[in-house]
Amino acid sequence: MKSIKRTIKYDADRVQGFGREIMGVTGCEQLPSCIQCGTCSGACPLSIYMDFSPRQVMALVRADFKREVLSSNTIWLCASCYGCTVECPRQIRITDIMYALKQRAIREGVYPKGMPIPVLAREFTRMVLSKGRITETLLVMRLFLKANWRAVLSSWRLGLGLIQTGRFVLKPERIERREELAAMLATVSVTRHAARAAKGRHHATPEQLIAEEVP
Amino acid sequence: MKYSYFPGCSLKGLGRAYEESLLPVMKHLGVELRELQDWNCCGATAYMSVDEEEACVLAARNLARAENHECLDLLTPCSACYLVLNKTQRNFREFPSVRASVERALATAKLPYQNRVKVRHPLDVLFHDVGIEAIRQKVVRPLRGLKVAPYYGCQLVRPYSTFDEAWNPVTMDRILEALGVEVLPYPLKTKCCGGSLTGTVPQVGLRLSYILLKEAVRRGADVIATICPLCQFNLDAYHSQIEKMWGPARIATVYFTQLMGLAFGLDPRTLGLRRNFVPMKPLPEAAAPSRAEKPNPATAGQTL
Repeated sequence: MKSIKRTIKYDADRVQGFGREIMGVTGCEQLPSCIQCGTCSGACPLSIYMDFSPRQVMALVRADFKREVLSSNTIWLCASCYGCTVECPRQIRITDIMYALKQRAIREGVYPKGMPIPVLAREFTRMVLSKGRITETLLVMRLFLKANWRAVLSSWRLGLGLIQTGRFVLKPERIERREELAAMLATVSVTRHAARAAKGRHHATPEQLIAEEVP
Repeated sequence: MKYSYFPGCSLKGLGRAYEESLLPVMKHLGVELRELQDWNCCGATAYMSVDEEEACVLAARNLARAENHECLDLLTPCSACYLVLNKTQRNFREFPSVRASVERALATAKLPYQNRVKVRHPLDVLFHDVGIEAIRQKVVRPLRGLKVAPYYGCQLVRPYSTFDEAWNPVTMDRILEALGVEVLPYPLKTKCCGGSLTGTVPQVGLRLSYILLKEAVRRGADVIATICPLCQFNLDAYHSQIEKMWGPARIATVYFTQLMGLAFGLDPRTLGLRRNFVPMKPLPEAAAPSRAEKPNPATAGQTL
């Protein structure tokens, strides 16, 4: 039998405060002014593949439907073409909101199963942290190993082409002052952890409590 | 004319033909480029998805190094780098919290920074600083008869349309016209190529690349000219997969700087043209060279 699904959402499905947290992220302040016109979905070259259109994501975030948004494929299919951001009549930086949602989904590990995009983002970050630069061919090989080793076999033709055209780089690019870069990046995470810890200790307001709710 | 130069990772890897053609073309035009010392990855779209604040710190390290370099204009050929550096400058300007964390990070490396750097794309520099007339005067081998679809992609023109239009940019069109090229109307010039989705979700990403290729073929283009290493890779390297899924749409995609190099009479072997999966067809006049038609460098531009 086909599985039976509820097609409307209950109030209990919402995670109170989620929308407000996202609106608090740099660049996402304009979200409350969304008029649901759908210009973003019309401008988006990928909306035809998305489970929720960009317009729907805006509504869902505002209404605190955290689980639905973070597990949607929409945020991962956004290729950052910024078409929606440029077109939005309310100057909402929709692409930046998609980034805020990606960051949240990665932090909480709730992206859709088998989705290689967040894996690529993580591997990319790791390579930058250790080398300071990206060597694309090495990055792609690492991605294939982590996400889908079968892809290595099916893309032999691509690899061969890269070797023939002299674009296959095996020597990793790296910067000289890697410690300098690491120390700089560390200041961000250190201050952030300190801020979180401070908030957690004092439990100043119920709002902050909600803001810190991370499973 | 002197500029600091931030190549970005792609121009040392998959997009090395871009650098191979950009450097000699700029030199030929008397533009001096000084590569930023010990530059790091800009973070691109991927780092931004993990942590925006750290991404801004990454970009800011390059900006700060440029500010302490001799020239404040930072030439940035890669669209992703161009966007991230611009975005970091905007965040630094608009959000005190970002400014504070960037300054804290830069302080550990003793890099002062005042957000004075101007991030410049080669199209911007060529169009506004060098000028179309100066480019025209360098043309010794006009690319007459070559039909080109100009493709700009997304991130150069959106969301920071600093020197050209968000949906209908024309700076590359004007530069190509100065080379004698027939620039075709190409309404998809700023439609997304699929970005990194071509590798991660091919059935979705490659479709976007296919649409761009097919439209260029349908309009009778000989070649697509682009300004972004990721766009060039997507439109060039996946033809066998695209053909298998949706049928042939075979057309070469080159960097606009490679076409400039050819028109300037620079040695084609030094312009990275051999790095294409789908090679560019021989130039129209090259098939039947005629002494009488050989262009005179002094008058080459006037007939255009």
